[in-house]
Amino acid sequence: MGAAPASRDVTTYGMGLAVPLALFFLVFFVAPLLQLLWLSLHNDTAGLHWGLGQYLHFLTDPFSLGVLGSTLLLGAEVTAVCLVLGFPIAWLYQRVGPRLQTIIILIVLLPLLTSVVVRTFAWIVILGRQGIINATLQSLGIIDTPLKLLYTQFGVVLALAQVQMPLMTLPLITALGRIDPNLDDASCSLGAGSWRTFFRIVLPLSLPGVIAGCTLTYAAAITAFITQSLIGGGQMLFMPMYLYQQASTLQNWPFASAISIIFLLAVLAVVSVFTTLGRMSRGYGGA
Amino acid sequence: MADAPSGRSLVVDAVTHRYPSGALAVENINLDIKGGEIIALLGPSGCGKTTLLRIIAGFIAQTQGRIIIGDDIVDTLPPNRRAVGIVFQNYALFPHLSISENVAYGLAARGIDKATRQREAQRLLELVQLPAMAERLPRQLSGGQQQRVALARALAIKPSILLLDEPFAALDKNLRLDMQIEVKRLQRVSGITTLIVTHDQEEALSMADRVAVLSHGKLEQFGSPSDVYDRPQTLFVNTFVGSTNRMPGVVVSADRTAAKVRLDAGAEIIARPAGGALAEGGRVTVCIRPEHLQFVGGETGFAGVVGMSLPLGATVVHEVTTADGSGVKVSQARIGETRALENGAAVRLAPLAPSLANAFPATL
Repeated sequence: MGAAPASRDVTTYGMGLAVPLALFFLVFFVAPLLQLLWLSLHNDTAGLHWGLGQYLHFLTDPFSLGVLGSTLLLGAEVTAVCLVLGFPIAWLYQRVGPRLQTIIILIVLLPLLTSVVVRTFAWIVILGRQGIINATLQSLGIIDTPLKLLYTQFGVVLALAQVQMPLMTLPLITALGRIDPNLDDASCSLGAGSWRTFFRIVLPLSLPGVIAGCTLTYAAAITAFITQSLIGGGQMLFMPMYLYQQASTLQNWPFASAISIIFLLAVLAVVSVFTTLGRMSRGYGGA
Repeated sequence: MADAPSGRSLVVDAVTHRYPSGALAVENINLDIKGGEIIALLGPSGCGKTTLLRIIAGFIAQTQGRIIIGDDIVDTLPPNRRAVGIVFQNYALFPHLSISENVAYGLAARGIDKATRQREAQRLLELVQLPAMAERLPRQLSGGQQQRVALARALAIKPSILLLDEPFAALDKNLRLDMQIEVKRLQRVSGITTLIVTHDQEEALSMADRVAVLSHGKLEQFGSPSDVYDRPQTLFVNTFVGSTNRMPGVVVSADRTAAKVRLDAGAEIIARPAGGALAEGGRVTVCIRPEHLQFVGGETGFAGVVGMSLPLGATVVHEVTTADGSGVKVSQARIGETRALENGAAVRLAPLAPSLANAFPATL
């Protein structure tokens, strides 16, 4: 019994449509990545001797591990700040009238419409020794000497949180918008107070959005080269800058490649944890 | 459900609600509902019935008036402290919680321990005849089953009042009848004072002990189903509940119980002044239901010409055009071999009895 005559299903799709993008990715993404991997597997800067020396160097060097750790920690802190500040905004968005909704969405999107460099310089103006915060506090007589805000972890987290906020807020707004407003009322009429309703109903049902937002914010925060370098200054070193120094300044390409690969794997690990959590939450969340 | 605090009374006392825009949602509504009654709030969409339900539940604070449940004025209580059970039109089951967690949700909010909660949820699921569904998720259930769960969840908190918001609108016709019977059975067993919001008059008439008809935020009539159907107090009630023929005419003479009306269609009939006293010489609209018109012989009644006859199973509906050019419908029970009327046949029509023709002052 032969196969039925190839009846063309109207819903079939042609893989051919993906070829242009696939080729683009192959040439400009996969190939350089393989080159990077190849380079990282050499022990000398000239790239003549094969070996795992660069990886061993990174993984046994407390300084390198420290940079990796502080970068991953930075991402976690920025993500946490974005979540805590972004959730109320998204929650509010779903409960106000259409006019306020427009204003909120404008405020949320505005950072995306300005260049990262401009936004980062704005933070330098705000956080600097003679910046807006210090000038205000001094003129009010609250402090005598300027606070050190710029070139601190606090400053970097604050600036990054503002820069990456839309990546958290937008998925949250979408996720909260998909929750039936009757569920709030139902929970309330069954005797639950606002906090119980939030933790038992709203938060679990918004988890897909929380996880999407966290993944995006985290990935963006730890790779934000410009903001990290400008606000963090010379004293604070994170992976993107470390990588840049090794490659551009020290011309140690194999070590820079190894740093890239390790950083990539670390990010992938964190993102896949988020994705797994996301899949689990969809398992019971999708309504 | 012998332990339920069943049958608390509900008084809606002169409740008025104004939207922030200033428009009136409901105006001066008074309802005195006895413990254990089933009441239907009937009206077209936008008549304020859902607003009234949300005021009773506590989701909306009314501009004026009071809500009294049992002996307590509940106006200052938030919804979560009113002990009012609600079944939403879309059921609003929590999609991420199992059926038994849904049913036990209100008990958890009251701090009842887990073992008791599970036992109670199981008992309620048996009551709504879904004992085997406890571990499923809401989306794995059919519409009718989800509705049973929503009912069980609302009953679990042993509410003093049960509110049902268009509960059967999403169900297909056969299932709807089953669920209506089911709800009525559960209400009988539990004795909970129940308020059903609906735009479906059949549902209201068949399920409720008393029906409150609303239009444009005002209470048009509050009475038993037969009061509302047979003795409507307003033209709106007469036309919204059941079908009716509206026949314009002029009052010839009137007292409190009967009015002689000269119909534009060309006959004098005796009608009941339904909305209060009528002025002699005033324009009126007389409402006669299709089943309350009969074919008569001789020179009585008013004349008409048969247009079309529709055999609808148990009844036959005839379209008759009267002398003034307006159409009336006449519904005849199909007893034995009902004589089929020829298209174009000249007939004479009269109401079955004066009390079945309701005269209302003509608006306009």
